[in-house]
Amino acid sequence: MNPLSLLPEVGAVDLVFVALVAAMFLSFLRLVRGPSLPDRVVALDLITVQIAAMLAVNTIATGQSVFLDAAIVLALIAFLGTVAFARYLERRGHDE
Amino acid sequence: MNDLAHVALLIVGASFLLTAAIGVVRMPDLFIRMQTSTKAATLGISCILLAVALYMNDIGVTVRALLTIAFFFLTAPVAAHMIARAAYFVRVPLWKETIVDELSGHYDRRTHALRAELSEDRPPKDFQSSTNRQADR
Repeated sequence: MNPLSLLPEVGAVDLVFVALVAAMFLSFLRLVRGPSLPDRVVALDLITVQIAAMLAVNTIATGQSVFLDAAIVLALIAFLGTVAFARYLERRGHDE
Repeated sequence: MNDLAHVALLIVGASFLLTAAIGVVRMPDLFIRMQTSTKAATLGISCILLAVALYMNDIGVTVRALLTIAFFFLTAPVAAHMIARAAYFVRVPLWKETIVDELSGHYDRRTHALRAELSEDRPPKDFQSSTNRQADR
C-alpha cells in the first residue's frame, strides 16, 4: 500500500486503543467496587469483550491475522466463564 | 473509500465499547447496567470485527470475523439472561426508584420455575427458611 494512506489510519488505531484502555479502566472500577457478585461478573464479562476488541484492533495494527484467532478463543472462554459463574451463583443462592 | 469505511467502523465500535463501560460505571442498578453493557458491547465488537474484515481483505480473515460476530450475537443474550436470572434469585437490590418489578411473585423460589399465576403461598420472606433445600437441583 502507499505510505500516504498509512498516516490517518495509524492515528485512528491509536485513538481506538486509547478509548479501549479508558473503557477497560472504567469497567475495572466497577469490578473493584461492584456491590454484589453479579456486578463483578458483568464487569468481568465486559472486560473480556474489550480484550477481544483490543486483539481485533491489534490485527489491524500489526497486520497479523493470528490475533483474530486469539480473539475468537477469548470470546468462547468469556461465554463459558459467564455461564459457569451464573450457574454457580444460582446454585449458591439456592443452597444458603 | 475502503480506508474510510474501516476507520469509521473502528471509531464507531470503540465509542460503543466506551459507552458500554461508562454505562456500567454510571448506571444505578445491576439490571440497568447489564442492559447497557450487553447491547453496546456486542454492537461495538461487531463493528470492530467488521473493520478488521474490511482492512485485511482476505477471505479467511473475513470468514473468521463474521463467525466471531455471529458467535457474539448468539452468546451475549444467553449469557446476559443467565446472569440476570441468577442475580434475581440471589436478590440483587433493585434501584430505589424502580416503579414495578413484574417478576415478583411469579418465580417459585425453591424450584426456580416461572409461572404465570402469582404464588402467594411463598412470599419473598420465606426464601431463606425453605426446608428441603436440595429439591430438584
